[in-house]
Parts: sequence; C-alpha cells; structure tokens
Amino acid sequence: MVQTRENIETHRRRYEELRAAGQELTPKGLPEPTALDGAPIAPDAVIHREQVPPGWYATVRLHRGEALRIIDETGRSSISLIGWRQEDTSERINCADTVKVQWSAALSKGRVILTDMGRVLLSLIEDTSGAHDLLVGGSTPASVFAAFGSAGRNTQDNFLAAAGKVGLDVRDIPPCVTFFAPVLLDAKGDFLWNPDRKRPGDFVDLRAEMNLILIASNCPHPLDPVRPAASGSIALITHKVGSPPQEDLCRNASPEATRAFTFTERLFA
Amino acid sequence: MTDPEISEPAYACDIPAERPWSSVLKPGQTLRIIDSEGNQAVDALLYAVGDLSERYSSQDTLRVQGSAYVGLGTKLMSNKGRVMARITADTCGQHDTSAGCCSCESNAVRFGEATKYQHACRENFILELSKYGLTKRDIVSNLNFFMNVPIDPAGNFTVVDGISAPGNHVDVTADMDVLFVISNCPQVNNPCNGFNPTPIRVEIRDPPA
Repeated sequence: MVQTRENIETHRRRYEELRAAGQELTPKGLPEPTALDGAPIAPDAVIHREQVPPGWYATVRLHRGEALRIIDETGRSSISLIGWRQEDTSERINCADTVKVQWSAALSKGRVILTDMGRVLLSLIEDTSGAHDLLVGGSTPASVFAAFGSAGRNTQDNFLAAAGKVGLDVRDIPPCVTFFAPVLLDAKGDFLWNPDRKRPGDFVDLRAEMNLILIASNCPHPLDPVRPAASGSIALITHKVGSPPQEDLCRNASPEATRAFTFTERLFA
Repeated sequence: MTDPEISEPAYACDIPAERPWSSVLKPGQTLRIIDSEGNQAVDALLYAVGDLSERYSSQDTLRVQGSAYVGLGTKLMSNKGRVMARITADTCGQHDTSAGCCSCESNAVRFGEATKYQHACRENFILELSKYGLTKRDIVSNLNFFMNVPIDPAGNFTVVDGISAPGNHVDVTADMDVLFVISNCPQVNNPCNGFNPTPIRVEIRDPPA
C-alpha cells in the first residue's frame, strides 16, 4: 500500500519523538549500578544455590516472580544465557528486539530482555556491572579452536547439550546474551574488549516475568583474552522476589517497557 | 539498469513491496539484490539445503569478522561455523544484522498496540518458510540489506534514514547449496523504508564458465 505524504510525515514525527524519549529521556531515569555489597538476599527467599565450574552449564527453571542471581566470583568469567517460555518454547529470548525496542545495545539495571512475542522474558532488577554483550554471542567450537589451537568446551556445545536434556534441539537455539562481557564498539564498528569493566563479585539479578527455562553457560567470551584454564566458577542463586509492582523500576523505564509488561501480564490475567 | 560488465542473469524477478521470496542458490551462483527505488530494507535468512537446521547466524558472522556491520567481503556464517555465502559486491555500503526483523508483536511494543495489525517481515518469513517445512522456531536474527543501523560507542542503537540510492545493489555468492529467503520489508513506522515500502529486484547469475 503506497503511503500518502501525510502518513509518511506522521510516522516520521512519531518515530523521532520515540527516539528522543528512548535515547535522551529514558537513560537519565535509569538507576546507578548496584553496589558490590548491595542487594543482599534474605535467607528465607533463597530457593537453590549452585556453583558452575568453568566450561560448564546449568539449566534453571524459574517461575514468574522468581529471580536468578548470577555471580562472577573471580571476575574472570562471562555467562552466556538463552531462555524459553516453559508453556510454549517457540517463544524465546530475542536479542535483536531487546536492543531495537530499547534503542540501545547496552544492558544495565532497569532494562529488560524481551522475547520474540513482544513480552518481557527477564528484568535486570539488580546489576553491579552494566557491561554485557548482546551482539557478538558466545564461544563456539570454531572460536575456541581459533583462539587456543585445540578443541575445548564452548557455549555453542553447552547450549546444544542442555537443550537436548529439555527436549529441544539446535533449531531452538537463538542468539544469546552474555553477562560480564564488556564489548565496546569503536567509531568504525570494530569490537573491542574492555577488561577494566570486570570485577570479582559482579552480579546481576534477573527477574522472570513468565515461567522460564534458562540455560547459563560459563565459558570465556570469544573476545576475552583469558585462557579457559584461568577462568573461574560462577554462582547461580534462584530466589523469590515477587511479581513487579505498578511502580516497578523496569516496568516504568520507558513507554516500550510498560507496553511489554502489559502484554506479558495478559498471559497471567 | 544494464551493466555491460556482467552476464545476463539466469533468473530475475521483481519482488513487489511488502512481499516474500525464496530460491535455492547453488555453490558459486550469485544473487544480486537491487534496491530498485532506493531506501528499501531487505530482510534475509539463509538455510543449508542438505540440513535445514544449519542456518545463518548473525552472532557468528559478527564474531568472525570482528565488527558490527555487514559489507563487501563479509562472510555469512552458519550456526555450525561454516561459510554459507559471501558479500562479493556492494554499491550501498551499509547493511545491518543486529536489528532482527519486524513483527506484529514487536511493532505493538515499539509503536503502540494499533500497529499490531500491520503486515510485518515475520509474517512473510513464517509463510515463506512453511513451503520448506520450517516454522517460527527456525527464524533467527536475520540480515537487513540496505538498512542503516548505526551503533554508537555508548550503545545507542538507531534505525536511521537509509543511504541506499535507487539501483544500488548487493551481490551474495553462495559457498554451499543454500536456501535464500527474503522479506521485502513492509515496515511503515520507522525510516528503514523511508516510511513507504517499495519493490526490489533479484537476479541470479551462474559462476563464470
């Protein structure tokens, strides 16, 4: 359908208003990072705690209102994550929509990770780091061989193995987010690694906004020069946080986030 | 537009605005995508013909080339670490592979619920992929030819006006038997199509004898 000049002007005006809000107003409203000794978890809120050694993965099932804390204990790990909605695994993490809808490739406290169905998968309710990667993805057999000259454990194989144990396969594996992976872009678009943004004890709290199956892979990010043998274990703590209140930080970070929460809650109405 | 330097195409097709298209490319064949009227985003996915679970991977492609944009020389990588195709000519110079495709559902989040009932690339992909037994599960983060999405060092990620002029083209040469699927993007809510979707043309050429 050919668009009229009036339609084009109306759509352009709305787009520019949304862009200005998304890139100028929204970032000003985002909170400071969580302090390294901040956001303690009450002992009676803890559901489960697990250590994942370097190179390995864990599968985590979360119900809506539960959260996953991921802790980079040594400051030498990165954790690649994918996830699906439990009741319909064709709905899953969508990194492209996550960056496009929020007008930013930078994840930090107050942001959300979206599914491909316009709903919220996870909310970043706590984050000490703010240095995460949505663009480059995790390690693969080829990236490990190219970096180290020999085969080794990697995120792609971890995702395949973990997916296989929940009845899913390679067709279900989408692009991933990697936490504690300070990937920068220079002006030309080349990727750089910023080791200064990694600290022992960095953590994120990811609140499930629907019932989820998550896979977390503890393998060095392909841009990280760390040798696999030098990377460390991570801690995963599932805990109860409750459903987001109306005044929730992530829900109100932007009009887009508010709509995504509204659409998500219709699943549970 | 005729170019005396190149051979006649073995196949050519004008794809109307907002429509999908697909074809199998043989190794060495080159698909030319022509932005006939300019500033038109072309969403694309690739699958290996012998094993459709092997498909284009945006993250593998960016990791292998070490930079965020697709252009001349970019190797289009599969989720199994193989080169599926390469960009062998490019008169535009700006293509994306991080922004994904538009969908009714993401439009509703981005632009308000009224835009949910507008045609979108994912509708095209689902219908076109169904011809090959593929489903929504098989849709991964795609290529966006002629789509201008600068990412600044602070992370700002913006679909901006395209720089593609009428007749600009990109050539994709297959390294393997590849199913190439296109959605001629119907989006009217952002500048990727100048807010006004237009036709494109595709041509397939055999390798030089």
